[in-house]
Amino acid sequence: MSATIFIPTPLRPFTGDQESLELEGSTVGEVLRNLAEQYGDLKKHLFDEEGKLRNFVNIYVNDEDIRYLDREETAIQDKDTISIVPSIAGGAL
Amino acid sequence: MIRLKSADIEEIKQIAQKTYPHECCGVMVGSIENGVKTVTELIPAENQRTDSPANRYLITPDLLNELEKKLKGTDRAIVGFFHSHPDVPAQPSTYDQDHAWPWYSYVIVSVNRGQAGEIHNWKLRDDRSAFDAEKMELL
Ligand SMILES: [Zn+2]
Repeated sequence: MSATIFIPTPLRPFTGDQESLELEGSTVGEVLRNLAEQYGDLKKHLFDEEGKLRNFVNIYVNDEDIRYLDREETAIQDKDTISIVPSIAGGAL
Repeated sequence: MIRLKSADIEEIKQIAQKTYPHECCGVMVGSIENGVKTVTELIPAENQRTDSPANRYLITPDLLNELEKKLKGTDRAIVGFFHSHPDVPAQPSTYDQDHAWPWYSYVIVSVNRGQAGEIHNWKLRDDRSAFDAEKMELL
């Protein structure tokens, strides 16, 4: 399977300014790991030290949040689109 | 570098004062040319961290997604965000750093006893190791 993955503006400097990429994988997790492998500098921004997706990184498959699907195990069909959408969080202390 | 109108700075300060003792937050939209961001619009956002609004802020992906869709095909994009630090200096916290994205500009304004004070702009290092001050030019 392969999916089109849309890269948000802040991560494009790590993909040679490409807005979208075609990547292989049978689940969302696989596609994301392929992405992180091909563009190594991107990895830290998507995954924490334990290799888990960071909680301010939101992943949508065809506009559906994977938290409401099977999370990283969500199966990918050909021609699916995956979007990485930021949450913006922070605080004083 | 990010370029803002002095009126934008004033607006951020006003919003921060109005929101005190809670944190305010919002989106900066602008154009990008040769790596220089020029802010054209400030979009205040409601702080979604209602459980801890005095020291946390959150802008949801829904809001950003919708905004991205609106901006698609225009020459403008989301270039960064602003938020306030009530009674805390305008330096990024560890929590800010843990949750930040690269490339975006993060403007922080300190509000002391209800009065907006220093305002600084920050950018996360590409390896997430620290925030650096990013030059802010007033138009
Ligand atoms: Zn902060």
